[in-house]
Amino acid sequence: MELAPSEEFDFKRGKGDVLLIACGALAREIVALIELNGWTHLDVTCLPAKWHNTPQFIPDGVRKKIQEAKGNYTKIYCVYADCGTGGLLDKVLEEEGVERIAGPHCYSFFSGNDVFAEREDADMRAFFLTDYLARHFDKLIWQGLGLDRHPELLSDYFGNYEKLVFFAQVPDEKLQILARDAAKKLGLAYEYRETGFGDLATFMSAAEPA
Amino acid sequence: MSEEDDLDLNSLDDDELVQQMHDDLYDGLKEEIIEAVNILLARKWTPYDVLTKALVEGMRIVGIDFRDGILFVPEVLLAANAMKGGMVLLRPLLAETGAPRVGKMVIGTVKGDIHDIGKNLVGMMMEGAGFDVIDLGINNPVENYLEAIEEHQPDILGMSALLTTTMPYMKVVIDTLKEKGMRDDYVVLVGGAPLNEEFADAIGADAYCRDAAVAVETAKDFMARKHNQLASA
Repeated sequence: MELAPSEEFDFKRGKGDVLLIACGALAREIVALIELNGWTHLDVTCLPAKWHNTPQFIPDGVRKKIQEAKGNYTKIYCVYADCGTGGLLDKVLEEEGVERIAGPHCYSFFSGNDVFAEREDADMRAFFLTDYLARHFDKLIWQGLGLDRHPELLSDYFGNYEKLVFFAQVPDEKLQILARDAAKKLGLAYEYRETGFGDLATFMSAAEPA
Repeated sequence: MSEEDDLDLNSLDDDELVQQMHDDLYDGLKEEIIEAVNILLARKWTPYDVLTKALVEGMRIVGIDFRDGILFVPEVLLAANAMKGGMVLLRPLLAETGAPRVGKMVIGTVKGDIHDIGKNLVGMMMEGAGFDVIDLGINNPVENYLEAIEEHQPDILGMSALLTTTMPYMKVVIDTLKEKGMRDDYVVLVGGAPLNEEFADAIGADAYCRDAAVAVETAKDFMARKHNQLASA
């Protein structure tokens, strides 16, 4: 897909008539795509990115957002993958009549779900970072798992991993340094893959009003 | 803590010491747990009593506070590592003294999945509850489960998965057991963060276990039913 930059459109919340309910970890990428493509019909609302570590909160959180938004938008889309909800998010979305982006998690749809599935065996022992996770590694992963207080738990968490793969949405030297540092901290080999926005861009381009 | 504040575990009577062990497990203090286990053994406690009254009961409290959102995964891992320290001492003694055995379980993380924190906790708590546990580790194809079942003849098969993409493999294992006419010979328990009861029902498992404490209680229930059935047969 062509992602032509536009300097004429600065996204402002509350303007579009199609709502994307998204994980906060995707906010930056979603806004970037809206602005790049001039998708003025899209609005975005996000749920806490920290639910990455507690996906049991996602289905009810998404349902609440949908119910609050109904009537104010012509169409609502969900920009969560299954994200560890084990099908419970899909159940909510089916009941609410809302479509979501396909895939098991954001690493997959950023890579392209087909590409990710093909590499599943080769990547079985890989720990993944996206731009967001690289940017917030210390807070979300290192501190989130208690490794700042208890580094002795590192092998409990990461003993079966071999490499850290950084899926970069936008090439950024600083983020690459952060991701490489994260790999070093976790004692894992480092691999860099530039994915772009993958299936997220395709999904958003098809998010049309009803 | 300064040296002056260090508690001399030897100065505590048995009840106080067991209470202190519950607190030390809660705080993940492995060295203190090892020391206390040695003290109780020196006081002629049976390994079985040390295990059940001190360690398992302490972990039960940890499990309740984890379930209620008071403790989180790091704290549970620290507590588990402390219990492991005690188990290293007790395991050979339990075998020597012929402590009561409740049943046997084969457990493993399914193919394509390397996550084992939950599985390890379940294995440890099952062992503490008197089950013989055969841990197959991670990334197990159906063949591994079948071989282990044949070799060890367990009462219970436990499967774990953390990923949405790997949890469907549990159905492959259960369907294979059905094809071989073995499904009803074993209780199949499943667990893992993205699972739920609906999924367990859909794939034909006997039960979904939300956490290690639930796994132990569920396993014990199934074993009790089995014994009742045998008794009334």
